[in-house]
Amino acid sequence: MSEPVAADPLSADVIAKVAKLARLELTAQEADRFARQLGDMLSHFADIDALVLDDVRPMSQPYALRNVLRDDTVDPGLDRDEVLAAAPATEDHRFRVPPIRGVAP
Amino acid sequence: MSGPASDIAMGVRDGSRSAVTVLEDYLARIDAREPRIHAFNVVLADEARHRAADIDALVANGADPGPLAGVPVALKDNMCTRGVPTTCSSKILEGWRPPYDATVVRRLSEAGAVVVGKTNLDEFAMGSSTENSAFGPTRNPHDPTRVPGGSSGGSAAAVAAGFVAVSLGSDTGGSIRQPAALCGVVGVKPSYGAVSRYGLVAFASSLDQIGPFANTVADAALVLQVIAGHDPADSTSIPQPAADLSDVLTEGVAGVRVGRIVDLPSGADPDVDERLEAALETLQTAGAKIVDVEVPAFTYGLTAYYLIAPAEASSNLARYDGVRYGLRVDATETNAMYAATRAEGFGDEVKRRIMLGTYALSAGYYDAYYGKALKVRRLIADDFERAYQHADVLLTPTSPTVAFPIGERTDNPFAMYLCDTYTIPTNLAGHPAVSVPFGTGAGRLPVGVQVLAPMLAEPMMFRVAAELERAVTS
Amino acid sequence: MSTDGWELVIGLEVHVELDTRTKLFSASPNRFGDEPNTNIDPVTLGLPGALPVLNRHAVELAMRIGLALNCDIRPSSFHRKNYFYPDMPKAYQISQYDEPLNVDGWLALPDGTRIGIERAHLEEDTGKSTHVGGSGGRLHGSDYSLIDFNRAGVPLVEIVSRPDLRTSEQSRQYVTELRGILLAVGASDAKMEQGSMRVDANVSVRRPGDPLGTRCEIKNLNSVRSVGRAIEYEAARQITMVEAGDTVRQETRHWDEGDGTTHTLRTKEDADDYRYFLEPDLVLLAPEDEWIDRLRSELPALPAERRAALSEVTGKATDSEAVIVVTERGQDSYVLAVGEAGGDPARALIHVKEAFAAFGDEPAVPAQDLAALTRMESAGALTPTQAKAVLAEMVAHSGGDPEKIAADKGFEAMDTLALETLVDHVIKDNQASWETYCAGQDKAIGALIGAAMKASRGQADGKAVTAVLRTRRSTA
Repeated sequence: MSEPVAADPLSADVIAKVAKLARLELTAQEADRFARQLGDMLSHFADIDALVLDDVRPMSQPYALRNVLRDDTVDPGLDRDEVLAAAPATEDHRFRVPPIRGVAP
Repeated sequence: MSGPASDIAMGVRDGSRSAVTVLEDYLARIDAREPRIHAFNVVLADEARHRAADIDALVANGADPGPLAGVPVALKDNMCTRGVPTTCSSKILEGWRPPYDATVVRRLSEAGAVVVGKTNLDEFAMGSSTENSAFGPTRNPHDPTRVPGGSSGGSAAAVAAGFVAVSLGSDTGGSIRQPAALCGVVGVKPSYGAVSRYGLVAFASSLDQIGPFANTVADAALVLQVIAGHDPADSTSIPQPAADLSDVLTEGVAGVRVGRIVDLPSGADPDVDERLEAALETLQTAGAKIVDVEVPAFTYGLTAYYLIAPAEASSNLARYDGVRYGLRVDATETNAMYAATRAEGFGDEVKRRIMLGTYALSAGYYDAYYGKALKVRRLIADDFERAYQHADVLLTPTSPTVAFPIGERTDNPFAMYLCDTYTIPTNLAGHPAVSVPFGTGAGRLPVGVQVLAPMLAEPMMFRVAAELERAVTS
Repeated sequence: MSTDGWELVIGLEVHVELDTRTKLFSASPNRFGDEPNTNIDPVTLGLPGALPVLNRHAVELAMRIGLALNCDIRPSSFHRKNYFYPDMPKAYQISQYDEPLNVDGWLALPDGTRIGIERAHLEEDTGKSTHVGGSGGRLHGSDYSLIDFNRAGVPLVEIVSRPDLRTSEQSRQYVTELRGILLAVGASDAKMEQGSMRVDANVSVRRPGDPLGTRCEIKNLNSVRSVGRAIEYEAARQITMVEAGDTVRQETRHWDEGDGTTHTLRTKEDADDYRYFLEPDLVLLAPEDEWIDRLRSELPALPAERRAALSEVTGKATDSEAVIVVTERGQDSYVLAVGEAGGDPARALIHVKEAFAAFGDEPAVPAQDLAALTRMESAGALTPTQAKAVLAEMVAHSGGDPEKIAADKGFEAMDTLALETLVDHVIKDNQASWETYCAGQDKAIGALIGAAMKASRGQADGKAVTAVLRTRRSTA
């Protein structure tokens, strides 16, 4: 089911939901500005509403390859020390993160 | 200048030139002008000197370092270089050193090239002016008060200023071709899949391609031959070997059908239009047949692109969460950490595109935006296919304008997006295209003309590009 | 728990770790138990610039699973499932969405009931989080977490059943049968306790004939037993709610093995918007007919087929406990081999079921040795008790000649005279039981047989003793 294309600034609600999905903490000014700018862009993008697209197949990739496969043989990987040295926080050779709230899908 | 890359390589390989001496020439120019131009995020002078010395030693021992022996090159700072910071001109990756090399970096090295530095870009390749860099803009060597174009502004400027002989950039919506036009150099976006994306920090996966900047068409072809070709590490890599471009540059254009797109979106400045007409005339004089073609969906490219690219980017940039590498802003729990890290680490344009892309993919909006854009993409590809039944190549301006002043468009995102009007559709279709410098426009600033060709038709594309180059340089 | 008047509707989602050498999209080892973060590469860690490349053997194993589950194998694509979680290195999982590899199959339970298989598709596994500072390593209340990415990128096949299951018993059988199939095709070692096979249950209840009720997803089922217990608990919970006039909320619940309950993990409203879109870094997977045909022809006999063969040879029902258990253990071909070596398959089946529980599919007792033992039993040369003792000896020494072992133990079948003499003594020493038995109380024979076994130190054949006692009674 497609929604009608927006012509006005996006609602604060939508901006907040999208920012949460994208894990972006926005200031009030940013949220405001993005609401206007995105609304403006989307109204420009409404030009494609003039096109008849019912029988058009979507095109996700420019070149239709198929069956690109790899043999099941081990390749040397990365050096653990080099990788962990670039990490913000580690403990016990693992990546350390603050407490996780919410569960994995 | 120190001469084209092809001359350098030849000289170094036969021992008549020293890679170290060649390099010092370039380093001197960098010393003199780089503080003003800011093409680089990092200059690797010492490493380059060691490498050049190694190349000379190889030659002295009778070995052949390869087709780019001793050629100073620069790499856009969104290509992974092991142990060398790869920042994408973003705070979120500031100081990050990849533990691996991109395939193109490996191939350049195996060909004997000398990497001089990593160049500045619009953050995560999102932009058309290099003003979105977290480390300050790059300036156009022709006029430092103006932009070099973007997002590969640093790589374009580095070649234009003689800091390197050739450089690599990446092109998602025009990010090689448009800065090439604004800086008066040659810039190539290869066919999608012709050059491996392994190690290229992804912006929009179905659109990104790596390509060369050079001062000559021949140099661009030389570099492309080195970096192109199947890579098993990239599933979208075309299985065929790289096209052989060695003979096409002198073939001329007799009988070649050059298409003028009569329904091209308007908006190019008169000086730019004038250069396009001159280019068409040039080719006609050289024996090409100019044909009128239509590409009706061309004009919808901007819309399709600004829904597809941000959508893919919103997913590609989700990995910057402060867990495994890069910037972390601590918080009491992980979701807050992600949000604070990304707020601090990403610039304005990146945030805006992530928001737009997330929206276009989200439940309830997918069909209206991303889904529709994919269909528009098909229409564009189909229209190109029809046009190419009547033409071997198409010709358009690369950029609607010459280089504009720094700061002129930064408050108006949509005005900035218009820079890519003529370059975007080829990315959507996956076709190759090249920008060739073709004289100057307003203020004696460079103008580029764009040659578009069908998928894998690089040989034909280079043939025409070479002809255009002969006209301006003769 | 009474479910009278209620119908349970159950669907199972099973995630299976494939037994490949390397990960699904990169060439790091797929190994359990290695030092943390030693099986890593740019793809596994979601480093900038990394790109996935699909593992051919993972596809092959996924196809074997599909064929074994009677699925159609279709051209398929990969999609990105976008969500943030620390053990998800790219912040998206590469999975299959609306074009999965295997569709529309079925699995038959031992009694022949077919359970529909909606799909079986490929996807990558996540890393592992350890939670520090909370109680019992649980997420809730932890101070921080540590992530190991060894498991990130390991190939999984997700097998989704249709909601055709109706009881907890059926659900347990489904899981057991599926496991047997996975082992048979060599796709996975499918160990629930180790996490190489993970089962989630979708449970709803309704009055027969009514439309489907609201379903809840139950996670954290670490054994076949848990599957059954959790389904029963959840069904009861839902029935209680509905009977009280409450509405069941659609949610994901966590099964707590310790206290035997489920509790809310995540409601539908909390669920993420995954923003699925086609994975641009991968291309279409359309296995050629030749590949599919070869795999089909190479499919080994699956458990159902093997139970049928065992049943035919031993005369026991396909869903009898012995046939099920022995096939599950992979010892069915051994029993057939005993038959081929001239033994009695029916007796062999019982022995294998009872004495070979600790063995794998290659019991250490050679088939011809067990065959010889069963021949002795059939000939009446050993009583069942004696046979068990001989077998125990054979098991302890990985084989042996049963005749020699019997002789060493001093086992001889009692001849008729010795038997009659024994019965005489038993009758004399157990007059009370004998009289009760002669008076018509058949049950009293038990005590007499017991006495006979005791007196003969187990050497008497219970059946033979019974026969003699009966004859005596009838002529008494």
